[in-house]
Amino acid sequence: MGIFTKLFKTKAQKEKDKKMVLGVKRQKEYSFGELKRLLESNKKIDDSFYSELEEILILSDIGIDYTLKYMDLLKKAVKKNKISSVQELKDVMLDEFLELYVGLDKASLNYQDGRLNVFLFVGVNGSGKTTSIAKVANMLIKEGKKVLIAAGDTFRAGAVNQLNVWGDRLGVKVIFKDNTSDPSSVIYEGLKEAKSGNYDILLCDTAGRLQNKVNLMKELEKISRVINREVSGAPHETLLVIDATTGQNGLSQAKIFNETTKVTGVILTKLDGSSKGGIVLSINNTLGIPIKLYGYGETMDDMDKFNIESYLYNLFNGILFEDEDE
Amino acid sequence: MSYENLTQRLNMTLRRIVHKDHLTEKEVDEMMKEVRLSLLEADVNIRVVNSFVNDVKQKALGEKIMKGLNPGEQVVKIVSDELIKVLGKEEATLNFSKTRPSVFMLIGLQGAGKTTHAGKLAKFIEKNHSKKVLLVACDIYRPGAIDQLIQVGKDTETTVFSEGPINPVTISKDALKYAKANDFDTVIIDTAGRLEIDEKLIQELKDIKKEVSPTEILLTVDSMMGQKAADVADTFNKELGITGVILTKLDGDERGGAALSVKMVTGVPIKFSGIGEKMDDIEVFYPERVASRILGMGDVLTLIEKAEDALDEEESEKLMSKMMSGTYDYNDLLKQMKMIKKMGKLSGLLRMIPGFSNLSQLRDIDDNALDFITVIIQSMTKEERRDPSLIAYSSSRKRRIAYGSGRSVSDVNKLEQMLEKQKKAFKMFNNIDESKMEEMAKRFGNSPIDFNKRK
Repeated sequence: MGIFTKLFKTKAQKEKDKKMVLGVKRQKEYSFGELKRLLESNKKIDDSFYSELEEILILSDIGIDYTLKYMDLLKKAVKKNKISSVQELKDVMLDEFLELYVGLDKASLNYQDGRLNVFLFVGVNGSGKTTSIAKVANMLIKEGKKVLIAAGDTFRAGAVNQLNVWGDRLGVKVIFKDNTSDPSSVIYEGLKEAKSGNYDILLCDTAGRLQNKVNLMKELEKISRVINREVSGAPHETLLVIDATTGQNGLSQAKIFNETTKVTGVILTKLDGSSKGGIVLSINNTLGIPIKLYGYGETMDDMDKFNIESYLYNLFNGILFEDEDE
Repeated sequence: MSYENLTQRLNMTLRRIVHKDHLTEKEVDEMMKEVRLSLLEADVNIRVVNSFVNDVKQKALGEKIMKGLNPGEQVVKIVSDELIKVLGKEEATLNFSKTRPSVFMLIGLQGAGKTTHAGKLAKFIEKNHSKKVLLVACDIYRPGAIDQLIQVGKDTETTVFSEGPINPVTISKDALKYAKANDFDTVIIDTAGRLEIDEKLIQELKDIKKEVSPTEILLTVDSMMGQKAADVADTFNKELGITGVILTKLDGDERGGAALSVKMVTGVPIKFSGIGEKMDDIEVFYPERVASRILGMGDVLTLIEKAEDALDEEESEKLMSKMMSGTYDYNDLLKQMKMIKKMGKLSGLLRMIPGFSNLSQLRDIDDNALDFITVIIQSMTKEERRDPSLIAYSSSRKRRIAYGSGRSVSDVNKLEQMLEKQKKAFKMFNNIDESKMEEMAKRFGNSPIDFNKRK
């Protein structure tokens, strides 16, 4: 173990994660508060303990399959290490989550200097694509990159305006077309401008679409094809934006979006709410897609690179560890 | 998602149980495990699942297995009945206030679909209640939200009241004044998305509520929501007292367990569901459909009918054997008519077929067209009903029957021909092969009876 005790030693790191902790702290009052009670109850590790734990995991939207897989691993580890107390169990519990996490080495965004990088943002309606684009743009600007945005959501009323407002705030140029319903043409304009204007990166917004709408998924496939035709190797990231409140449908979203346009990463949004977004663990484990970023508020600074260890740490902060903020 | 449906699952559990007329507690417990998993996979909140499953178990234990169902189907039927009961059997309608204008407030988390559904609701109310609607833009936080509502207003041809990004309480107060001065019947307030635990923004909603005394506070809930749907709805309800729920994005492939969680936790009726991206894509909430989805199967309704028609089925088997033996008579035809009538109105049945629902011709279909068959048969004597040949060879009998039923002799002839055709067709079943089937289909294509013609 030990990996978690080393975490969050620097003050800067603590500040950075404070907002996420705040969000997750509220969550604890809902369901992980029960985990705390369970772990402090000096209960024996028996069937009734396991079924209570199972219930708590399901409540975090992790999903049945993942939960059963996890419980299985946990039970085996308990047997193997002859664990009898709840105290000893804590370390093993976290280890098994990490055991199930795929692609620890693929956590960072596929950005490279010296080329035009293209990131495509996809997801269902209302998951937070447009806001996430603004946040990612902000992150990249702070790193000194020259950023361009293509307003490819030609469907939702107000979407282009929404991006323009963000563009003004960030000082980023937004490529859009009035009166068009063809997102590919907007993206194409964006690519042209990005190339001629020597931009480091183009962020492409798309309209929200439910994954069972065949025509809309075809439209997305076309967008991805246009990008690939214009810039070889692009899109360098296709980021699926998932709302933390999403239930088991998140898995269907990831599967079908991944089939349509190879998804390279997940952005988990709205983590400042009472939901923990447990479904992303299931998505990661089932499809091997890494979670790359998470959003936790409405200002443009409320986004950070996802780190599974700090995610788990925050989930269990004050439950498995001494609460550092209290 | 490729979940097995609940019936298949239960049948797996029940392989060992041969048809019995009731289930033991142990068998019910086994099945409840599957019901529980199925509901959890549909995102029903686990606490809701536990209490729901407990209720269903009690019912399953007490009930005898109905004819025509196997034990697995029986349990699915009980689960589905209970789901429909909880989700609300009655269609929940909008309440309008006695004094104009009625004020509806839309609230919910970010991205749930408030602005879109403010527009859909405006269009729905204009169309179905013929009321003049004012949309009010109170989402001053999300960039582009006001523009979005203005655009939505253009699409639905609804007036939008906006004062830009100023205090939402002031906006709603001014909007109400404006609505009164300009004869609007209904005011729909689009509020900003917010977390149910955001005290400052919840206070803002309370202030708006105090200012405008809304007729309804409608909570928009994304049907893709997971376990937290229950807590979120519960908190919004405790803070603000919601009066209805709009379940959005129900055109996706989620199973929509959130609906059950929200309904069970708040007790507030689900009034509408959003079923697409266009402004017309809103409908009143149908509990049966969502029950089917939650169970991951489209055939729940069929199943219920199957159970209720089990007796009819026995009856029709008898009829079938009579047909095959060639002793089919008017009594049997009468029974058949009764069965058809039980299925409901003809136009109603057609309306359920996708694509048929908007056909104007449906209005012309006479639901009582088949009645004359019954009427004619009822004018026959007992002997005539048992022995069709009595009528076939006697024109005086035909005249008497025609007179008694108020139909023409030619109608009686047509009925006679129909019975004969049926008998012939069923005789053909005895030495069936495909070419004859086709021939038979052709012959049956032209019914000798004009359903709409009267004497």
